[in-house]
Amino acid sequence: MISRIPILKLRDCLIVSIQWELDDQTALAFQEDLLAKLHTTAARGVVLDLTPIDFIDSFIAKVLGDVISMSGLMGAKVVITGIQPAVAITLIELGIRLENVVTALDLENGLEKLERELED
Amino acid sequence: MNLRSSVDIISEWDIVAARQLGRNEAKDVGFGTVDQARITTAISELARNIYLYAEKGNIEIKQISEGNLKGLLVIASDKGPGIADVRKAMEDGYTTSGGLGAGLPGVKRLMDDFKIETVVDEGTVITATKWMR
Ligand SMILES: Nc1ncnc2c1ncn2[C@@H]1O[C@H](COP(=O)(O)OP(=O)(O)OP(=O)(O)O)[C@@H](O)[C@H]1O
Ligand SMILES: [Mg+2]
Repeated sequence: MISRIPILKLRDCLIVSIQWELDDQTALAFQEDLLAKLHTTAARGVVLDLTPIDFIDSFIAKVLGDVISMSGLMGAKVVITGIQPAVAITLIELGIRLENVVTALDLENGLEKLERELED
Repeated sequence: MNLRSSVDIISEWDIVAARQLGRNEAKDVGFGTVDQARITTAISELARNIYLYAEKGNIEIKQISEGNLKGLLVIASDKGPGIADVRKAMEDGYTTSGGLGAGLPGVKRLMDDFKIETVVDEGTVITATKWMR
């Protein structure tokens, strides 16, 4: 019952839009799929859009944090977009600070931000 | 009013079922989106702890009221190993499973009332309440 999250490539970036609630297995499968795709495409950046996600618990937060560090090891920058207010509030109350994580309001801003980051 | 519903936590998928039930109940009570997210997250943490540390257990969700105040009570119970050092388990960052150690202290902050009863080798019952403001 694992669903795979589609990963799109646009120029030298990967774009991921998470469209439904993440269960643990889907989150772990996504982590593997993204790293594999980074490897095969040599993409330098990832925009991860979380707009439809209405809660993030400590497990999903850990997977996301790991994805960001692992992508960094592989030479790719990750920008997270579309975090809902309720998600931002609960993450802080959980005590989770996604430190050093680049975020943007929406996909479009995220792509712009990523392209700027990749230029420096 | 005393509506109750519950989910047995046996497999990983039951974690998803429990938090979906929690969100529906929270909506039903009339909680706003932020409180819905708090309740859903808290239930997800408690259900995952049951699955990880006790293998199986139960999440019960009750709509409660006190005078004009409405709320939601979550009871997470298991007959697992219990928690030997509750004070440690409640510390941010304390984990025995390579997690973030954010679950229990997080649930305490996300909810209004929080109580752990645990006996080593007998199990754990955690009750957490959220009141609607
Ligand atoms: N139901 C339980 N039965 C036995 N031990 C438990 C139970 N719930 C929690 N614990 C113990 O308390 C510790 C802290 O739990 P907590 O949920 O805060 O963190 P975690 O599960 O280790 O990591 P995270 O929740 O951030 O993924 C756990 O590592 C575990 O040792
Ligand atoms: Mg936990």
